[in-house]
Amino acid sequence: MNGGQDLGGMQGFGPIGFEADEPWFHAPWERRVFAMAMAMGLTGTWNLDASRAARESLPPGEYLTSSYYRIWFRALEKQVVQHGLVTEGELAAGAALTPPAPVARVLKGEEVAPLFARGFPSDRPGPDRPRFAAGDEVTAKTINPPGHTRLPRYVRGRTGVVERVHGRFVFPDSNAHFAGEAPQWLYTVRFAGVELWGEDADPGLAVSVNAFESYLEPARGRAA
Amino acid sequence: MAHDHHDHDHHDHHHGSELSPMDLRVRALESILVEKGYVDPAALDALIDTYESKIGPRNGAQVVARAWVDPAYRARLLDDATAAIRELGFGGRGGEHMVVVENTPEEHNLVVCTLCSCYPWPVLGLPPVWYKSPPYRSRAVIDPRGVLAEFGVTLPGTTRVRVWDSTAELRYMVLPMRPAGSDHLDEAALADLVTRDAMIGTGLPLSPDQVVRS
Repeated sequence: MNGGQDLGGMQGFGPIGFEADEPWFHAPWERRVFAMAMAMGLTGTWNLDASRAARESLPPGEYLTSSYYRIWFRALEKQVVQHGLVTEGELAAGAALTPPAPVARVLKGEEVAPLFARGFPSDRPGPDRPRFAAGDEVTAKTINPPGHTRLPRYVRGRTGVVERVHGRFVFPDSNAHFAGEAPQWLYTVRFAGVELWGEDADPGLAVSVNAFESYLEPARGRAA
Repeated sequence: MAHDHHDHDHHDHHHGSELSPMDLRVRALESILVEKGYVDPAALDALIDTYESKIGPRNGAQVVARAWVDPAYRARLLDDATAAIRELGFGGRGGEHMVVVENTPEEHNLVVCTLCSCYPWPVLGLPPVWYKSPPYRSRAVIDPRGVLAEFGVTLPGTTRVRVWDSTAELRYMVLPMRPAGSDHLDEAALADLVTRDAMIGTGLPLSPDQVVRS
């Protein structure tokens, strides 16, 4: 969705405001939100793409004025209610008032180190042959899906070059909405700065995104 | 550290013994999730301990230093970063599919996630606030030289800038150029030159005379 998260190329947010010797967390609650988001993600009730979709569904005004862990917290509140794990009344009361719903797993303390050191790969078996090859000119489709997508607005309709073919990966636009992992070929596509931003752009700038195959079509007006 | 933070959630600050509204809301959600059996408090503590005290940019600095001293390792790192990083014992959540991009005199690399906060956790730890915030995410792709200037980095005009927007599950780390005057340093001393920002591309490694080994 064209939400508050799709920030590439926006202007007017001011200086970057980095912080020397920044702590990992800025308040005790941020630690707990981080850990709860990780642990709840492993209950099997939703997936990482769905969590991103939940964060993006915050109204842009709220998204753009919230710290990142506040965004995570608001999304987590939405998710536990949407999936029937917690009721609005329980959130308001701050206590459990109804019996728990079943979840596929509960992450145990001793499982954290081995599971997180191994990770959660997103590559999957999928279609045999990629449609595009390195060197192909491709155009990012103009799409504006109301749901989750990982094709940022600033490349839509722009033409670039396939630089690398990575393999087949879970397709977030489908997985975020529980419509299946639907693996697709994933590419690195490089765009010239002047293609993205116009003739005043830095001629020495190139920007690449990782684009799923269905985001791309052969370059308009050219064979690929 | 409450005195350090300046640009987020001012209304959540509190300086006394009372809990802030966010502390209370978060605590309420945690108690519900624990009471209903969805989360194990020991798992929450283990997660916090892992990402607060075990994983951070010193991991990535070891990878960079190894690549600087060992050409065969550098080649493996650029060819299959996930496997090469695993050789040093690092990997896992947020780094399942790593790509390392190499700075050269001709091209400087900069990593961003315009859509959220994708960042190579096993080698750099959790991202700093600025990496996740609108000013950096918006400008990195349209005005990277302006962003770099804010970090005190000015590149020669002849150096191209390549920005990597982390829009899928690939995670990027920059292999910076080995600083001049570091020929005499061993691998551990080289790692001390490698800053977090040098591996994001918003910084350059320290020069040897900026570092005093303790």
